[in-house]
Amino acid sequence: MKKILISLAAASALLVGAAAYAEEAGKAGEASHEANPTHFPIHKPKEMSWSFAGPFGTYDKAQLQRGLKVYKEVCSACHSMKLVAFRTLSDLGYSEAQVKAFAAGYTVQDGPNDAGEMFERPGIASDYFPSPYPNDQAAAAANGGAVPPDMSLLAKARGIERGFPQFIIDIFTQYAENGPDYIHSLLNGYDEQPPAGMTVPEGTHYNPYFNAGVSLKMPKPISADQVTYDDGAPQTVEQYSEDVSAFLMWAAEPHLEDRKKTGFRVVVFLLLFAVLMYLTKRKVWSNIAH
Amino acid sequence: MSEGHSTYTPKTGLGRWFDARLPLPRLVYDSFIAYPVPRNLNYMWTFGGILSIMLVSQILTGIVLAMHYTSDTTLAFGSVEKIMRDVNQGWLLRYMHSNGASFFFIAVYLHIFRGLYYGSYKAPRELLWILGCIIYLLMMATGFMGYVLPWGQMSFWGATVITGFFTAIPVVGNWIQELLLGGFAVDNPTLNRFFALHYLLPFMIAGVVVLHIWALHVTGQNNPTGIEVKSKTDTVAFTPYATIKDALGMVVFLLFFAYFIFYMPNYLGHPDNYTVADPLKTPAHIVPEWYFLPFYAILRAITFNIGPINSKLGGVIAMFGAIAMLFIVPWLDTSKVRSAVYRPWYKLFFWLFTINAILLGWLGSRPAEGSYVLMAQMATLFYFAFFLVILPVLGLIETPRRLPNSITEAVLEKNKGGSGHPAGATASPETKG
Repeated sequence: MKKILISLAAASALLVGAAAYAEEAGKAGEASHEANPTHFPIHKPKEMSWSFAGPFGTYDKAQLQRGLKVYKEVCSACHSMKLVAFRTLSDLGYSEAQVKAFAAGYTVQDGPNDAGEMFERPGIASDYFPSPYPNDQAAAAANGGAVPPDMSLLAKARGIERGFPQFIIDIFTQYAENGPDYIHSLLNGYDEQPPAGMTVPEGTHYNPYFNAGVSLKMPKPISADQVTYDDGAPQTVEQYSEDVSAFLMWAAEPHLEDRKKTGFRVVVFLLLFAVLMYLTKRKVWSNIAH
Repeated sequence: MSEGHSTYTPKTGLGRWFDARLPLPRLVYDSFIAYPVPRNLNYMWTFGGILSIMLVSQILTGIVLAMHYTSDTTLAFGSVEKIMRDVNQGWLLRYMHSNGASFFFIAVYLHIFRGLYYGSYKAPRELLWILGCIIYLLMMATGFMGYVLPWGQMSFWGATVITGFFTAIPVVGNWIQELLLGGFAVDNPTLNRFFALHYLLPFMIAGVVVLHIWALHVTGQNNPTGIEVKSKTDTVAFTPYATIKDALGMVVFLLFFAYFIFYMPNYLGHPDNYTVADPLKTPAHIVPEWYFLPFYAILRAITFNIGPINSKLGGVIAMFGAIAMLFIVPWLDTSKVRSAVYRPWYKLFFWLFTINAILLGWLGSRPAEGSYVLMAQMATLFYFAFFLVILPVLGLIETPRRLPNSITEAVLEKNKGGSGHPAGATASPETKG
């Protein structure tokens, strides 16, 4: 056993050494090209403390409602959210009547009717969020060639690689908030200035948190006091971006609370079951040397 | 472990009636109750049972998922999201199935490495080992095709890259690739045939598992000492001894499985697969699922031409060769001693091989550039050297430690020394459990 441990330790040292060497080699490359970075994002996303993180995480309903407001008044001008139905907004703490009223605020195309024609009607709870553009081509044409991504799954479709050894530590700390951390940092990254000597392509906006280049087509989407909050929460970019990131996490993973609650029961059950199994196993094997 | 004809007679009249016409009660009794197993098996021997329940779990969740899934490129992504959002407990089924694939592979890798450590592939268990390798190959095909079904970006581009390997084969390569894809590029016919095959292959796996267990029940289990069972005192009955130990192993394994399903269900996946497939937009880094990464690293390590073989074909040969090594292990290892417990040098190289395999996995997740390429080349060299040089040579030059005469002697020797000695002196791997 001792020998195994020693050889394991030696081999892991080798592995860590190799990783560190590769990392160093990567860093050396980065430092010399501050104006021409090759690895993105330039800055890692800031880790926030989210109410839905951890084994007992739950969504903060007030925050989700604020996030919905930000989405509705700002993001939805360009970003669709095709997979989210109005009826699911009851998760955010709205009553059935409130959901119906919210849906009715949208105009939805339906049809064909008996005369064979498409018509428009107010939204109902079973409708999905209507998209701002009729198709991707129209979306691209209106946004300098880049299609604003659908937001239904954005919080799960983004996530910056954590690197070694952080990705192992993440298993133990249960870090699963890469998506909202990324969105939050990106929304707050527009005020940073590009380093001297960097050329930012025309029609794009520098953002050191963007995952695929030095800049992106989306301009700074939100500024302070743009959305009016009714609950007294501060109307800052920081607050807006936290709220909308949390909302997008809900949109991407609406059953997160259910999942974590079920998980707790399953884990407690399995732990008790494991203890019973262990005691039974000891009893069964007690008279046999093995 | 065949000890001649079964002496079992069912206790009830109905049982005897049934047994006289179809000896199923006898088969079950002989295979899962009276079947003798070595008394010194440790917890590494519980992974066979764990793998069986993982296969059953994957098939059951998969069948229900298939009831809600649509294999059409315009609808597939949405149908998976429908499962996640609107199907009752759909999120649970889907996360169980997607993480189940990963945990299936975790279990199979532990199972394979256990076989390598204790020399379970040696005579008379060569066929047992090869059947296991076939299951592993089928699992890889199933896992790969399953990853394509959600029709996300990694699904699409992973399928494009992996089916692209086949074009490296001279003469028939393009034909094979087009046959796999059902066209010239990954598209609707590809998705449909992958879905059909993804549904079929698990049942083929189940068939080979039956052969695997059959072969196992003919030769009996290997054990931590690697010494064959010699007398009745070397064994215990499968039930209750192995059953209860397997059950404990399963519950502990399920705990780890549950941790990922419920608390980090997307940790083992790639975020890009939550973006619907777009044939016009290539992701920055195309990476396969984690369980293919060591082989992916080997594929990309061949960056140079070898005579008439260009680097692409060379990479494909190296990758398939890496898997083929497993099939011929029984004939590469020349040592007469099975277990690494009694082979000091093999033990050292086994652990180096394990670390090297993990290193290859990590390199597979890195972009193929700079120092990573050289590291992957060295790790690939060691991978093949382990099988083709170290295994054959070590068996000829290594002096094994003294082997006990029987399993019983090993067990008694160990238990005798168990008291009054420092813990480290007696704790060797064969004592675990």
